[in-house]
Amino acid sequence: MTAIHLNNVRKSFGTFDVIKGVDLEIQPSEFMVFVGPSGCGKSTLLRLIAGLEDITDGTLAFDEKVVNSLTPSQRGIAMVFQSYALYPHMTVFDNMAFGLKLAKGGTDEIKRRVNEAAEMLQITAYLDRLPKQLSGGQRQRVAIGRAIVRDPKVFLFDEPLSNLDAALRVQTRLEIAKLHAKMHETTMIYVTHDQVEAMTLADRICVLRDGIVEQVGTPLELYEKPQSIFVAGFIGSPKMNFLTEKHAETYRAHTLGVRPEHLEVKDKGGAWNGKLILSENLGSETYLYIDIGAKDPLVVRQDGTASQQPGELLHISPINDNVHRFDQSGRPAASN
Amino acid sequence: MLWKLTKGTAFYALVVLIVVLAVFPFYYAIITSFKTGSALFTVEYFPTSFSFENYVSVIKAGSFSRNLLNSLIVSTLVVLLALLIAVTASFALARVRFRGRSLLLLTILSVSMFPQIAVLAGLFEVVRFLGVYNTLWSLVFSYTIFTLPFTVWVLTTFMRDLPIEIEEAAIVDGASPWVIITKVFLPLMWPAMVTTGLLAFIAAWNEFLFALTFTSSTEVRTVPVTIALLSGASSHEIPWGTIMAASVIVTVPLVVLVLIFQRKIISGLTAGGVKG
Repeated sequence: MTAIHLNNVRKSFGTFDVIKGVDLEIQPSEFMVFVGPSGCGKSTLLRLIAGLEDITDGTLAFDEKVVNSLTPSQRGIAMVFQSYALYPHMTVFDNMAFGLKLAKGGTDEIKRRVNEAAEMLQITAYLDRLPKQLSGGQRQRVAIGRAIVRDPKVFLFDEPLSNLDAALRVQTRLEIAKLHAKMHETTMIYVTHDQVEAMTLADRICVLRDGIVEQVGTPLELYEKPQSIFVAGFIGSPKMNFLTEKHAETYRAHTLGVRPEHLEVKDKGGAWNGKLILSENLGSETYLYIDIGAKDPLVVRQDGTASQQPGELLHISPINDNVHRFDQSGRPAASN
Repeated sequence: MLWKLTKGTAFYALVVLIVVLAVFPFYYAIITSFKTGSALFTVEYFPTSFSFENYVSVIKAGSFSRNLLNSLIVSTLVVLLALLIAVTASFALARVRFRGRSLLLLTILSVSMFPQIAVLAGLFEVVRFLGVYNTLWSLVFSYTIFTLPFTVWVLTTFMRDLPIEIEEAAIVDGASPWVIITKVFLPLMWPAMVTTGLLAFIAAWNEFLFALTFTSSTEVRTVPVTIALLSGASSHEIPWGTIMAASVIVTVPLVVLVLIFQRKIISGLTAGGVKG
């Protein structure tokens, strides 16, 4: 139940500014996801909150208490690292108990808490093993377990799934969602570059770009009302189509954004016409790439398999006029 | 077929040649140490007589066992002291960001390039100044100085290769730098520590110049000096038998140590280069 408050937080490495003034409120027991392209400063921001990097300027407060100069353990955080970062020479039990031992917990208390966490993550059978005897997924669960036993006020994840293969990633993602449900009083911050992880796990998402917060909101808010072209392009898969010049002028916008799933192929009289260049058939859905004379081909998502052949002339329209209009600065255009 | 056989034979002939060249001096010392009297001066490649007389006379003679103990004390102290200083120094050099770090590292490396003889006079003054002349401390002091650059350099390289996340995980767990070094890094660094420690031990054990210069009385000498100064009944007699026996006695501890730590050394020598 810890609220985190960032007030104009900055971080520079030498003369290079990585975080350029971030203001952010994280609610108590919220699951906040930092997302953005590589190099946007999302991991650095997490490390500033963790206390692994010094804050150059601005204040960071946990529940109104400024924690800028506190060490990670004094802040009461726990962190799961991308590379697991288990102690290679210690058994799973010792890995999980290390922090508690340093905090001078009683032996029985340590045992109880480690066993509890191990049960929760179903790793009780491996407690005597060394990390090198475990698979990648098991190691990541030990790393999560090591964080759980410390009963942290704030739980931090630094791209915890990116070292796992695709199938394991989906499974572990579900486990993290379950973990959040079980530890519903703990504030969690999760860094990822994968927007699917962000959309599925987050209570709220913070989109970062070049050390600046682009937009903060629930996954649906970001999907439905992106506050910039960058966010619109970053959230959603496949990416939103962006049209400029004559295609956008009809809608009185500088840039017009339409999601592939918000476009339909019509028999005649569509908003745009063009030839089919390529169709990608995934079985459950099909992506049509259509040349309508814009810079990039227009991507249209269709349910099921598509019958259209490359070279065919197609008519396309946005469903229910579901389009995003942006002005020259890349912000949403005022209606009218 | 014939070419293959020739190649194989040539290869093993070369191996045998190298082994013989490397091992023969020591082998000859061993068989000589078992000889007595005039047999010492006949050239024989296989043991003909077998007597422990030389060994008995070496151990009984004067202060040899005392000198052996001195060597053991000095070498052990040097290893312990050098490793303690090097581990803490390498933590700072590998993991703490500060101004002039790489300059310091290069300076440390360049210090190890000075020949012993070049600093002998200066070091002698320091030893006199510290009031440790003719004590074992003068040797511990000077050997540690000469061992540290190498030890620090190797351990720094090794420590730099340890994943930074492990250290950060320990910081998050609330570990102080001292706890990180002792509880997290030390267990991971055993191979490197054993390798550098053993090399430091061997260097200290064999050292001659400083040992000769910084000590004067018989009871504070180390074995290399003792062996060099072993004398026979008259100044014209060189007691080969005793010298050989003493040499064998001095070599055995090193061989035993290397055999014990052999596997650790091999993994230690590669561990720094390949991330593992």
